[in-house]
Amino acid sequence: MHELSLVASLFDILEAKVAEEKISRITQIKLRCGLFAGVVPECLQTAFDVYKKGTFASEATLVLEVVPVKFRCRRCGQEATREDWPLVCPVCQSTDVAILDGTDLTLVSLEAELQPE
Amino acid sequence: MSRKEIDVLEDLLGSNKKIAAEIRRFFEEQNILTVNFMSSPGSGKTTLLEKIIDLLFPRHRLAVIEGDIETDRDAARIRAKGVPAWQITTGGACHLEARMVGRLVKEIPPETEFLFIENVGNLVCPASYDLGESLRCVLLSVPEGEDKPKKYPKAFLTAQCLVVTKLDLLGYVPYDLGKVKKEALEINPGLKIFCTSAVTGEGIEEFSRFLLERRQQLGKTRA
Repeated sequence: MHELSLVASLFDILEAKVAEEKISRITQIKLRCGLFAGVVPECLQTAFDVYKKGTFASEATLVLEVVPVKFRCRRCGQEATREDWPLVCPVCQSTDVAILDGTDLTLVSLEAELQPE
Repeated sequence: MSRKEIDVLEDLLGSNKKIAAEIRRFFEEQNILTVNFMSSPGSGKTTLLEKIIDLLFPRHRLAVIEGDIETDRDAARIRAKGVPAWQITTGGACHLEARMVGRLVKEIPPETEFLFIENVGNLVCPASYDLGESLRCVLLSVPEGEDKPKKYPKAFLTAQCLVVTKLDLLGYVPYDLGKVKKEALEINPGLKIFCTSAVTGEGIEEFSRFLLERRQQLGKTRA
């Protein structure tokens, strides 16, 4: 249950953006979550709903795109995606693979209203 | 009111990763091997540390950072052996983060050879946080059951070694050691596996030798 800590990191990034882009309020936040990021979407949503109260993002919605794990086989070079364990190469059945994507939680973009000029 | 869509593309663990990279560089430059021990509560992290201390100390200079939600009991156990120990009590947080370790960096004696970081007992969240360690080690005790690697894959995926503990309980509880090894290696074929018992002493020497080798490699990769 480290989702609250992740949301705190999210707000650190958001605060910097608010100052940089002269934002008055944030209306939508798009996150990209790898299936192996160790993040529970429901917990992340709950943590976000608690954390956003009284902030520049109090009305913001959270849009979470979950992406599968992408990997490359170290034996034959094949690239593939999977949604569960184990990560097995579909061509040569090796489990010796390098993970390329699907383990991170990324802030992709946000929608915001800007301060009047 | 003007609206704007702003592209960011920033990793939410980016700031943790950045601090961790600085910690790793700092300790490796001083030839300190930093080891992050992760496991569920009660699998024997502190006991394994005590056994390693019995073998390596005082011939080698050791230091320990203990992570717990409450109490400094674990640090007291380590200090009782004569090894300097720092306790981080997270007050509820289920894992250590790089900035918590970062606050202690300057206090670790520069002549230290091995710095062990005992993470908060939890097989889930600690796996997501790089602490700046040079070696990540996951522990799994026999009574926890053989189904854990696939249930908590990230811990096994991100570790370089697995220490199976409480091997003396084999035969008292149903446990298929071969299955554990197979499942763990399916998740991470590079995992180095050690089977240990703090009661009989089995495997502790082999694991300690591995730590000594890893520290030597640290010097070589820098040279």
